[in-house]
Amino acid sequence: MTLTDDPEQKMNLDDVKQILKLMRDHELTEFELERDGIKIRVCKNGGAPAIASAPPPVIPEAAPARPAGQLKPPAAPADTVSQPSTALPPATADEAAVDYAVVKSPIVGTFYRSSEPGAPPFVEVGSQVKKGQVLCIIEAMKLMNEIECDHDGEVATIYVEDGQPVQYGERLFAIKA
Amino acid sequence: MFKKILIANRGEIALRIIYACRELGIRTVAVFSEADENSLHVRFADEDVCIGPPRSLDSYLNVPAIISAAEITGADAIHPGYGFLAESAYLAEVCEACHIRFIGPDPNVIRLMGDKARARRAMKKAGVPVLPGSDGPVESEEKGQKVARDLGFPVIIKAVAGGGGRGMRIVRSAPELGKALKTAQREAEAAFGVGDVYIEKYVESPRHIEVQVLGDHHGAVVHLGERECSIQRRHQKLVEEAPSPALSEKMRRKLGSTVVDAARAVQYTNAGTFEFLLDPSGNFHFLEVNTRLQVEHPVTECITGIDIVKEQIRMAAGERLSFKQGEVVFSGHSIECRVNAEDPDTLTPSPGIIHAFSVPGGPGVRLDTFAHAEAVVSPYYDSLIAKVVTWGRDRQEAIARMRRTLEMTVIEGVKTTIPLHLKILSDPDFLAGKLSTSFMERYGVEKKPGQKPLAETA
Repeated sequence: MTLTDDPEQKMNLDDVKQILKLMRDHELTEFELERDGIKIRVCKNGGAPAIASAPPPVIPEAAPARPAGQLKPPAAPADTVSQPSTALPPATADEAAVDYAVVKSPIVGTFYRSSEPGAPPFVEVGSQVKKGQVLCIIEAMKLMNEIECDHDGEVATIYVEDGQPVQYGERLFAIKA
Repeated sequence: MFKKILIANRGEIALRIIYACRELGIRTVAVFSEADENSLHVRFADEDVCIGPPRSLDSYLNVPAIISAAEITGADAIHPGYGFLAESAYLAEVCEACHIRFIGPDPNVIRLMGDKARARRAMKKAGVPVLPGSDGPVESEEKGQKVARDLGFPVIIKAVAGGGGRGMRIVRSAPELGKALKTAQREAEAAFGVGDVYIEKYVESPRHIEVQVLGDHHGAVVHLGERECSIQRRHQKLVEEAPSPALSEKMRRKLGSTVVDAARAVQYTNAGTFEFLLDPSGNFHFLEVNTRLQVEHPVTECITGIDIVKEQIRMAAGERLSFKQGEVVFSGHSIECRVNAEDPDTLTPSPGIIHAFSVPGGPGVRLDTFAHAEAVVSPYYDSLIAKVVTWGRDRQEAIARMRRTLEMTVIEGVKTTIPLHLKILSDPDFLAGKLSTSFMERYGVEKKPGQKPLAETA
């Protein structure tokens, strides 16, 4: 199995098809490859769910974030949101998913994207973030609480508008590993 | 009047407060922990905010989360219900600082009554009969022995921060005192974070009598008569009634006016309950003041026709009491049974999912509950699932209505205390009104091995 030698050329659909054919031919149940920051893992027959990270990211729009003080949310969102990636033809793998870490609000309060009005936001969609980096502020009882990122990665989604109230456990950011 | 009230509680009492708000045309905000997402109080409040994980300490006892929820929803008042933060002077103070009205007494009054030794002194000064005892905390065995000798055994050691029977020890002789004192101090420290205890004369087989008061911010104080809550197990009330079969009209008037005077003396506002022991010779002894709405408030509502929660809200908003003492009329008799999700023999909690829930109505029946088929009785919180309240023209009719209601109640999925309630309701002493806080001892506390559990529904 060889992927293209050209470093500019990222893994494409044909490469993935090739991997899957190889697995079928050799009756493999699991395959993992890491290369140029791209990691692909494919499992069959009830193995761990496949994980594939490949550009462009597909932002899962699962359950919409539930703003504080409104209607009932759907079942509590899982800690990580999985959605089949378009990088893989869905029929060719038993399961394929993109992994996102979701940063949830640890407190009730008002969500702010910047340190003060008019200041640039801490992060934007696409920002590279590190564990421990401040993502936003939640004001509770006149106290500004800095909310830190607990994963390294890229900001894929910001679920909440600046100045919007948030409740405990509400989704704030999706971070792509 | 308030536009929006946040209810800092859960379960039946959160719903009870929603009823009052709806009747007054006030919008409501429910707060809930992750364990209560599907609860009725969340469903029927106009808005709701998740304030934390299931553990009470992180949710229903989390003052910053509750205040923030009030701020983000623009609530102008907080009703704390009972339990959780209902007697938190701290919450009342934070509310004041945040310009949110706390529906309850002033924080200074909450703090005074929360310190049982200080409350005793304040009541004594206001002319309320108080049991003889140490007038402050007792630290050492030496001091304890002296106090106990002066009082005469038996004595009772109580936690200054007290409540719920924790940090409490009955001592019948001098050699037991040293160990009991240390145990009580340790228990008090663990339960309340304050190890201070005091000693009082112990009254054998007393009746528990309490008086409901309401005070507005214009100096008016009224009482709504008494409730008798002598049927208790491990200091948990099981059956309450109003009026008490032990009080004559003369005793009621005298006790009522003593309490009203005492409430005035400490500038008591909003709703409160003054608890007393009634000894076998007919003397009242002050126990404590609960600075909140009580679980058993419905029995008083049934015999007076006064909606205590609505009065609380009106008084907190600065309105005058809508009636005078002379206009409070007691009519008939009311009984409340606290139906808990517990094993009726051992009283150990029985959390789970309620699969069937049906309580008959009919004349004179009131039901305060959050339960319904498929409702969850969470292991995180108290086991009260329903308050069944009946009213009758007299005590006998109220009891008959309670019996037929509980006999025809069907609750499946969790064990309940209904079989125990039915035993009490057919006890000759109970029927004769011969009650005392030692009443429940006749049923024993331990479950006998091999004993068949009683039928879930009767």
